[in-house]
Amino acid sequence: MSYLKIAFIAFLFPFLVTENKVAVVNFDQLQTYAAQKADDTLYVVNFWATWCEPCVKELPAFQQVQKKCEGHKVKFIFVSLNAPRELNKVQDFVDSHNLGPLVLLLNSSNPNGWIDRVDDSWSGTIPATVMYKSGKKVYFREGEFTPESLEKVIQSKNK
Amino acid sequence: MKKLTFISAAIIALCSFTGTGYQVGDKAMDFKLKNVDGKMVSMSDYKDAKGFIVVFTCNHCPFAKAYEGRIIALDAKYASLGYPVIAINPNDPTQVDADSYENMQARAKEKNYTFPYLVDETQAIAHAYGAAHTPHVFVLQKSDNDFVVKYIGAIDDNSDDPSAVKQKYVEDAVNNLLAGKPVNPSSTKAIGCSIKWKS
Repeated sequence: MSYLKIAFIAFLFPFLVTENKVAVVNFDQLQTYAAQKADDTLYVVNFWATWCEPCVKELPAFQQVQKKCEGHKVKFIFVSLNAPRELNKVQDFVDSHNLGPLVLLLNSSNPNGWIDRVDDSWSGTIPATVMYKSGKKVYFREGEFTPESLEKVIQSKNK
Repeated sequence: MKKLTFISAAIIALCSFTGTGYQVGDKAMDFKLKNVDGKMVSMSDYKDAKGFIVVFTCNHCPFAKAYEGRIIALDAKYASLGYPVIAINPNDPTQVDADSYENMQARAKEKNYTFPYLVDETQAIAHAYGAAHTPHVFVLQKSDNDFVVKYIGAIDDNSDDPSAVKQKYVEDAVNNLLAGKPVNPSSTKAIGCSIKWKS
């Protein structure tokens, strides 16, 4: 297939060629994506899972705000807490919902070892969202966002 | 980011309950809740119990489902040693039909639950205990007429794969209580489904 044809298909059906591949990471690796980034980008990390109804309901709010934040120093990372054996299921969800570009699957069998490292106040219930800037945690929340409430928090943390 | 319009009507959909609840060492309240057989159950009904394994759980949550067999095994092992399981479903069934009383009855029958599966209709017990998600375990030790919280948290360290479990938190806690030893760790955390609170 010629490049022209691929470009044409990409133009018509961008979701066909912009597949966001879900990477499987452990907790220490996850930290390098956001918590340990020293730059002045605001990293918004959302913990979700395909089985978590409130999470799935909340994701469009993130995608909506993500779109609004284009061109700004805000980066969204969607961290699935599905079991690693459910990688295909997560990938299918990501593809059909056009979630991304950065989606990770956290492969960590013992959450007791890392929940407190995200935030002491986190019971382990999802959805949960943590934000980092300049290598520091600037926000944590257990529970859902509306697009408005998410936008407000991002605005206040990214002045 | 300055371009983002400020929307003052932001009402945060607070769906998680982050109340304090019990800490290890607190005295837990007794309850009188309806079992799947229609009878009311209280901890004070168990004259010979040394304590209880109270599990907030439900039908629909994949984590709760993953632990069903392990909860049955806990009761099989510890009821005769004085620590029976009492399961409590705190979810608002108007939000999740799978967690309705009728569906609880069906699940208890299908899985041959050997322990009470109670409905916390007003959610008062889940609120008082500080249950946050399902499954969420509280191991209580009877001391005179009090029920003292000795362990709060997960059943073990691997929800997905029982064969890969390294630490059986609840079993370790009850074994230590039976041996008169301190419980360590006395609290753990796990990922779980949020309790569906009534709005």
